[in-house]
Amino acid sequence: MAYRKTVASFVAAAALLGTSTASYAATDIAWWHAMGGRLGEVVVDIANGYNAAQDACKITPVFKGTYEETLTAGIAAFRAGEQPNILQVFDAGAATIIGAKGAVIPAQDILENAGVGFDIEDYIDGVRYFYADSDGKMIGMPFNSSTPILYYNVDALKKAGVEAPKTWEEFQEIAPKLKEAGYVPLAQSHLPWIFTENFKSRHNLQFATNNNGYDGSKDTTLVFGEPIKNHFSAVKGWLDDGLFGYYGTGWGDNQTPFNEGKVAMWLGSSGSFGGISKTVDFPFSATYLPYWDAVDGAGTGTFIGGAALFSMAGKSDDENKCVASFFEYLTSPEVQYMWHKETGYVPITNAAYDMAKKDGYYESTPAAEIGIKQLTLPGGEWTKGYRMGFYVQIRDVMNREYGKLMSGETTVEDAFATIEADGNKLLERFSKTTGN
Amino acid sequence: MVPYMLLLPQLAIVTIFFLWPAAEAIQSSFYLEDPFGFGSTFVGLDNFTDMLTSTDYGRVARFTAVFTFFVTFLSLGFALLLAVKADKVLRGASTYKTLLMWVYAVAPPVAGLIGVLLFDQHVGPMVDLFAMFGWKMQIGVNYFDTSFAMIVTAVWKQIPVNFIFFLSGLQGISKSVQEAASIDCRSGFRRFWTVTFPLLAPTGFFLLIINITYAFFDTFGIVDVIVKNEPGNNPVTLVYKVYLDGFRGNDLGGSSAQSVILMALVFILTIIQFRLIERRVHYT
Repeated sequence: MAYRKTVASFVAAAALLGTSTASYAATDIAWWHAMGGRLGEVVVDIANGYNAAQDACKITPVFKGTYEETLTAGIAAFRAGEQPNILQVFDAGAATIIGAKGAVIPAQDILENAGVGFDIEDYIDGVRYFYADSDGKMIGMPFNSSTPILYYNVDALKKAGVEAPKTWEEFQEIAPKLKEAGYVPLAQSHLPWIFTENFKSRHNLQFATNNNGYDGSKDTTLVFGEPIKNHFSAVKGWLDDGLFGYYGTGWGDNQTPFNEGKVAMWLGSSGSFGGISKTVDFPFSATYLPYWDAVDGAGTGTFIGGAALFSMAGKSDDENKCVASFFEYLTSPEVQYMWHKETGYVPITNAAYDMAKKDGYYESTPAAEIGIKQLTLPGGEWTKGYRMGFYVQIRDVMNREYGKLMSGETTVEDAFATIEADGNKLLERFSKTTGN
Repeated sequence: MVPYMLLLPQLAIVTIFFLWPAAEAIQSSFYLEDPFGFGSTFVGLDNFTDMLTSTDYGRVARFTAVFTFFVTFLSLGFALLLAVKADKVLRGASTYKTLLMWVYAVAPPVAGLIGVLLFDQHVGPMVDLFAMFGWKMQIGVNYFDTSFAMIVTAVWKQIPVNFIFFLSGLQGISKSVQEAASIDCRSGFRRFWTVTFPLLAPTGFFLLIINITYAFFDTFGIVDVIVKNEPGNNPVTLVYKVYLDGFRGNDLGGSSAQSVILMALVFILTIIQFRLIERRVHYT
């Protein structure tokens, strides 16, 4: 009997202990991301920093593969009711997740509900509205934000006796000299992102109807005018004259020849900065993405690429509060500055940018500032971004047609006609899936 | 009742893993579905017409046909040649056989990775080799070059399986038949085509089906690694396109419609094979 009593009291004590620890335990939140390699390590550092900074919440980052795989995993988990609190979704997937009404809680709401101050003006220009809805409410919290810039091999330009070009007209003048000096003058790593989406922004040109798609997916169609067609005719001409190198759709395949010193100038992401500085053995620098001076109103800023963090719906208030407090931590100037320095992605708030400036970071590494300066160039009507569904496939269509164009299987006119036809069909299909 | 009970586990597996997903695929091929599952709209045959009228689908289907033909034909041909030669080796036979078979253990994505390394446009040794003959290969840029690399990798990966089967098939042919044949005919070449080859037909027929299925479905890993998850202007197979649209692009309806077509295709292929070809195969 005595024995039984002892056991019973132990059980009771254990149960009490259990409840008491539960009530003091940190709330767990999960963060699914697509940051591999060095970037993944920095993500873990951020999570550890947050967990160490407070006791109420505990965040666990989980690496889910590529951007596409992460989005697909998040969607599958949502359908099974097992979604993470925070899901990282890339630029091309933004319309999918924002279009699914009820899948996410807007970042702005989650911060305001938790009583954390939010002012969209705190965020730098090119970042501010990319993941916002048509009313300007921020839906996704911009995370790793980058923009296409021009990297150049300082030795190569010196050898050819030229300066880095500001415009494509200037490029056409200096390219033959670089070729003579034994270099492929130019390469780029992402034709849809750099020569299509950001081409539109850099020249302040409309990309799609319905306010670039922000006003709803119904009847949104792609808009391709003369400037972009002329640009691709010029690029094809450069390729044929040996002034431009095209190495396929893969990002790395196009960056490698620049890293090896064969290509003099390369258009890539401002987020590539950290990687290049660790790889190349020649002095390099960077400048803005060139534009065509001949296009009226050109020279406007670009918008961000990369990805944002979305707070998934269907979670408890406690967990949502933790998400808000994590977002607050993430956007603090110290964390943003650390992220900027470690990875090359731009800081997303003005305060973090000021901190980097004050710290003298750009005096020692001026090239690291190019991305953020380009994002804060004066904007225009068409520079805040785009919002189109099934955009992953639309980019695939672009890559296919551009690839055909580069290998001479199609013409500029036919390529854009096909992109418009296939792209608009995808947009129409997407509009039907969401019914808005 | 007992026989049915004994069949039950097998039937359950078939139902859960094959029939149910197939039914789901057929159903969702008639709907346009929001990826998050908030709603779906019945669109009738729209998914099928959209797919068949898209500029890309025909190109992918044509490539799949060409790819399947070359992979099947070349991997069967090379394997048969190697098996016939290995069958005649007397000394160190097991070493030869092991050397020819080990590739079988390589997983398709790893095979694809080896292919990528060999054919890389910047550092690939195969590219350097072909450059000596004046062929400037550009995998990922040139459609033909990329197809070539894919076919070579897929064939290389498949030869060992065929080799093992052909070799055991050859060893199963009775010595007395072969001896009788060699009395009748002195030409080894003719003996092979008139005696050995017909006797190998059951093995060959089985391998033909296995290889077509391999080229259609199992080469997924190789295609994925060679195109580096970026289809671009590269050749892809029908199965890979199902993945691209469904899992990369979150177009569930369109992707389901494609898998339904693929299912029908395999169904027809199997019927043709068993109805027409099998009649000409003699099982001894």
